[in-house]
Amino acid sequence: MKAGIVSYGAYVPRYRITPKEIGRVWGSDGEAMGQGLNVYRKSVPSPDEDTITISTEALRTALVRGAIDPQQIGAVYVGSESHPYAVKPSATVVAQAVGATPNLTAADFEFACKAGTAAIQTCLGLVGAEMVRYGVAIGTDTSQGAPGDALEYSASAGGAAFVIGREHVICSVLRTLSYTTDTPDFWRREGQKYPSHGGRFTGEPAYFRHVTECAHQVMKASGTSAKDYQHVVFHQPNGKFPQRVGRQLGFSEAQMRYGLVTPFIGNTYSGAALIGLANVLDHAGPGERILMVGYGSGAGSDGFDLETTDEIARFDRSFGKPVQWYLDQGQELTYAVYAKFRGKIHMGED
Amino acid sequence: MREVAILGVGQTKFGELWDRSFREIGIEAGLQALVDAKLSSADLNALFLGNMASGSLIDQEHIAPLILDYAGLGGRHLPAVRVEGGGASGALALHQGYLAVASGLYDYVVVGGAEKLTDVPDATASDITSSTADHEWEVVFGATLAGLWALIARRHMHDFGTTREELARVPVHDHAMGSKNPLAHFRNKLTLEQVLGAGAVAEPLGVLDCAPLSDGAAAVVLGPLEVARRHTDTPIRIAASQVACDTMALHHRKEVTTLESTVVAAQRAFTQARRAPRDVKVAEIHDAYSISALVALEDLGFVEKGRAGPAFASGQFAPGASLTVNPSGGLKAQGCPFGAVGVAQVVELVRQLRGEAKDRQVAGADLALAHDVGGTGATSVVHLLERAG
Repeated sequence: MKAGIVSYGAYVPRYRITPKEIGRVWGSDGEAMGQGLNVYRKSVPSPDEDTITISTEALRTALVRGAIDPQQIGAVYVGSESHPYAVKPSATVVAQAVGATPNLTAADFEFACKAGTAAIQTCLGLVGAEMVRYGVAIGTDTSQGAPGDALEYSASAGGAAFVIGREHVICSVLRTLSYTTDTPDFWRREGQKYPSHGGRFTGEPAYFRHVTECAHQVMKASGTSAKDYQHVVFHQPNGKFPQRVGRQLGFSEAQMRYGLVTPFIGNTYSGAALIGLANVLDHAGPGERILMVGYGSGAGSDGFDLETTDEIARFDRSFGKPVQWYLDQGQELTYAVYAKFRGKIHMGED
Repeated sequence: MREVAILGVGQTKFGELWDRSFREIGIEAGLQALVDAKLSSADLNALFLGNMASGSLIDQEHIAPLILDYAGLGGRHLPAVRVEGGGASGALALHQGYLAVASGLYDYVVVGGAEKLTDVPDATASDITSSTADHEWEVVFGATLAGLWALIARRHMHDFGTTREELARVPVHDHAMGSKNPLAHFRNKLTLEQVLGAGAVAEPLGVLDCAPLSDGAAAVVLGPLEVARRHTDTPIRIAASQVACDTMALHHRKEVTTLESTVVAAQRAFTQARRAPRDVKVAEIHDAYSISALVALEDLGFVEKGRAGPAFASGQFAPGASLTVNPSGGLKAQGCPFGAVGVAQVVELVRQLRGEAKDRQVAGADLALAHDVGGTGATSVVHLLERAG
């Protein structure tokens, strides 16, 4: 496949809250909850941040790093389940903000946590068919769990942008395929503020089945096995699921090291696997093979067999922050401030 | 009254049956039982179906004709009755089926039990199951079934010196038994340390002291004992079928460490069968919580009040002892699909009495007891089963 990743950027809001602090408010053992989920902090967006601002921040970084002329972008797709508007695209705002308008196509994607990887696949098609020079795929979320719900301990904010092109490809896409079924494990209906989920049903028949099947199919089609990859990235709704699925598929801790970011920033939903991939690319040299398997509830997995090229050695990552910086830094909030930031406090008539 | 025999049994796997519907599992268990009884559906006279809360759990009431309909019997206009008694629904349905055959009104009836608990979120399922306690005087104040049984456990520890470790022996035993049961929800063995180290649900009860939320169905076919040998070489006679009720709320009992409904139902059952607790070789007892099993052993007359903890811990009810309890794994390991439990207990005991229980077979099993409880003991049902001579 000629089209590949030519640049990328990630962004995670600066605020953090710990499961312990959340549990303190709800009378739960939040620390134990966090250990069970393998989530130690989760990111919290500022009141002036949303899917559009996070996407714009990540894309600006990517464009500078790749020295890409925004006017050469032919497509912008923003994948998220927390678009600020139900009707009015995020993608147009992002495209305008980076100076890519007006000669491009733009749209918002939604497929729970895998809208970003679906956007990458779409861009690969457009770029591969030479319909556009550059396609931009972004996965970003500012998702929330209902107050006191198990999801509240992990649902966080962040995103990553990937520019797909044919020239100066830093990471080739050797193969991508998807595994999709109608599996109602997690949903949010129009007008509902918080998502609903099927509890334990979100595990075996949903996440594990789709991720495992998709990973098997990618490796079977590529004639590879776990040992052929230097890195592996899974969708990471918590820190535990990807570790378990990784072990089941035969991957080591070392292979999962850079791809697993949720323990430090929480579950960024559409951004989760993509921030993990950005972290891998931050550390990778030429010729390193990467398996990435996203997952979106509802449900489906997108699998990618990737390999870094010699171009990555010349790629200038100096602009913007590396993912590790976001994993390390952060200002912790009390639940009260977190509740204010996330609009959980009723302010009377708007 | 006619003597009544169990002619056939059937049961689905218990567990999180996310890809199977209520009607599907109900029919599977019923058809298995009919085939086992060498009966065709044309021979059937009635269906009694034990179920706790289908309306809340799967948005479907009126489930007895539903099962008949989807079993292809809608046009036969058979009587079909749903029976509800909280967690004792299945055993209560068996009691109704027993009465129907014993009375002579019907010859062949299917008694089923079915429940689908995993179609709703866990917290909702907990609310629904807790409604088998007194909603107005217990549940609205925050009590759950686990919380109420934890109160019983606390008092039992206070009055009789029962220890946390003795409680933990129950799930260890159940999982050891369940590991040999291919239909069990859980087939993993547990260590004492795992049970003691599990997170608290309602202290002193931890996660591993509590039976799971399961889906599942079980069924038996009943018929007159006098014709039982036409259908099976090993008919099982229902030697006693007794029900007793008590106050709904725990705080209205004279003592919270005794389920008088169980005491009375057991006494009536042993009187009806002209047998004594010492005659029982194998029993399936209500162990929704570890404390439930200890209290049941005392109230059924198998051990003196207050002594169940040490007795259980010393192996008095383990395989090889004069009485083996819960060879199926009990509610804890085989699983707890509420309305199906009482019927599944009898399915296991029939297999034990027939000598068909394979590597969990209790040697010399000739008299068996099934004990099912609704709520915290507002309903108890005791059945005694024996091989017909």
